[in-house]
Amino acid sequence: MIEALQFEFMRNALAAGLLASVLCGIMGTLVVVNRIVFLSGGIAHAAYGGIGLAFFFGWPYMLGALGFSLAAAMVMAAISMKAKHRADTIIGVIWALGMASGIILIDLTPGYAVDLMSYLFGSILTVPRSDLWIMLAMAVLVTALVAFYYKDLLALSYDEEFARIRGVPVKALYVTLIAMLAVTIVMVIQVVGLILVIALLTIPPYIAEKHAKSLLQMMVGSSVLGALFSTAGLWLSYRYNLTSGASIIMVAGFAFVLSLLIERMRMWRGANASP
Amino acid sequence: METPIVEIHDVAFAYNGETVLLDVNLEVQQGDFIAMIGPNGGGKTTLLKLILGLLQPDRGIIRVMGRPALKAAPEIGYVPQDVHINRSFPITAIDVVMMGMLAPGKPWRRQTAADRREAMAALDRLQVAALADRKIGALSGGQRQRVFIARALVTKPRLMLLDEPTASIDTKGQAEFYKMLKALNEDTTIVVVSHDLLVVSRYVKSVACVNRHLHYHNQAEITGDMMEAMYPCTVEEVCPVELVAHGLPHRVLKDHRG
Repeated sequence: MIEALQFEFMRNALAAGLLASVLCGIMGTLVVVNRIVFLSGGIAHAAYGGIGLAFFFGWPYMLGALGFSLAAAMVMAAISMKAKHRADTIIGVIWALGMASGIILIDLTPGYAVDLMSYLFGSILTVPRSDLWIMLAMAVLVTALVAFYYKDLLALSYDEEFARIRGVPVKALYVTLIAMLAVTIVMVIQVVGLILVIALLTIPPYIAEKHAKSLLQMMVGSSVLGALFSTAGLWLSYRYNLTSGASIIMVAGFAFVLSLLIERMRMWRGANASP
Repeated sequence: METPIVEIHDVAFAYNGETVLLDVNLEVQQGDFIAMIGPNGGGKTTLLKLILGLLQPDRGIIRVMGRPALKAAPEIGYVPQDVHINRSFPITAIDVVMMGMLAPGKPWRRQTAADRREAMAALDRLQVAALADRKIGALSGGQRQRVFIARALVTKPRLMLLDEPTASIDTKGQAEFYKMLKALNEDTTIVVVSHDLLVVSRYVKSVACVNRHLHYHNQAEITGDMMEAMYPCTVEEVCPVELVAHGLPHRVLKDHRG
């Protein structure tokens, strides 16, 4: 790994992986405890519509993806507040439509073909410095917002009705949460791809949740786990010449299965110890 | 006479076009201890949520402590039904209690050592102080219920609304639980939703029967007539088994304090 770090692209890739881990560790914790993994997937896929739009009209990539994802995310947030029982269906529709419209728009754009694979798995090895700075700024912003509203977010996530009774502005906070999520997803997709976003949003928080005694511990634990996975994955991809995004996901997936096995063993032992 | 803590006038509420509550009138006086009984789906939980302002009535007016419902909600200690709570959530018992100290409009107020002591005192009052640092999902149903009551207590409520608080507590625990509520009733008005009306009737001051309509009885008396009016089935079917086993008539005496 040390020798790999003499290359600037590897240093950048490592930094991008660590920043993505922190962003996804914090937001992923909130995604997992609020059970909005599907909604996150919807935002991530709908973002492709924004990318298509940006290419078609020649707008900057960020403007298209961020604008479109935020709009789609707000629609999803409104539906999941108003019609909970139908929310997953509508999110599925937006998910598919966003992706399809992105592909059609790119078809219609003359003389340019975007590689879908790089969107799905990202291109962590070609992250430019400027993107790192944007990610760093976003990580600072998200951390500050979550720290400021920590207690309110905790109450909202644990017991929404009680939060409302205590005067927490639940709707505004939920919309803020979804907006932060959309921004995080777009930032991280550009760097590591949409599949890795979903993996980093779900796997580290899932493992951390079992051992954490508070949301804060879960956020820190998820960030550390994410950092371990992305560093190990990057090393593997460098060492064995594998696709970096997919390598990171495989490491995370391996840890996920391992944590399930350990849990099973514990339950089995617990059941045997106290007959 | 003081203004009632809760005033409900001609309230109607429908859920997905289905009428849940109709022509409901109720005045909860300061210091009352009401048992709210009625069949499942009869509208008990809905009525509590209307009082809290979590739901808006389709018709009628609800005022709590002289204010519109949600405005007064921070002064209500609410103990929800256990079923809705996410068990695997990473939170300790004491942090659940501290949630009751959230101050409206002050997200950045730091939790102090005094807050923590107060939360511990509330847990201690409910005899679960030893479990303060355990994860909430690791507690038994009864222990968890006590933690939720502690959370309601630290809000320093003038009114407590409890939704089937004894659902996961055994019969002996229930008697202790209602004794504790009775002690709390000395300075707090209490409305408790319950299925075990015969247990509850020994401790409460009045009974409200909710089944689309509301009938208020200003005494802890449950008569066979009343139950037949409220329930679609016969008295025998709704009566708890122990009553039948003891061979008592389907009637609870008016006053057991004297």
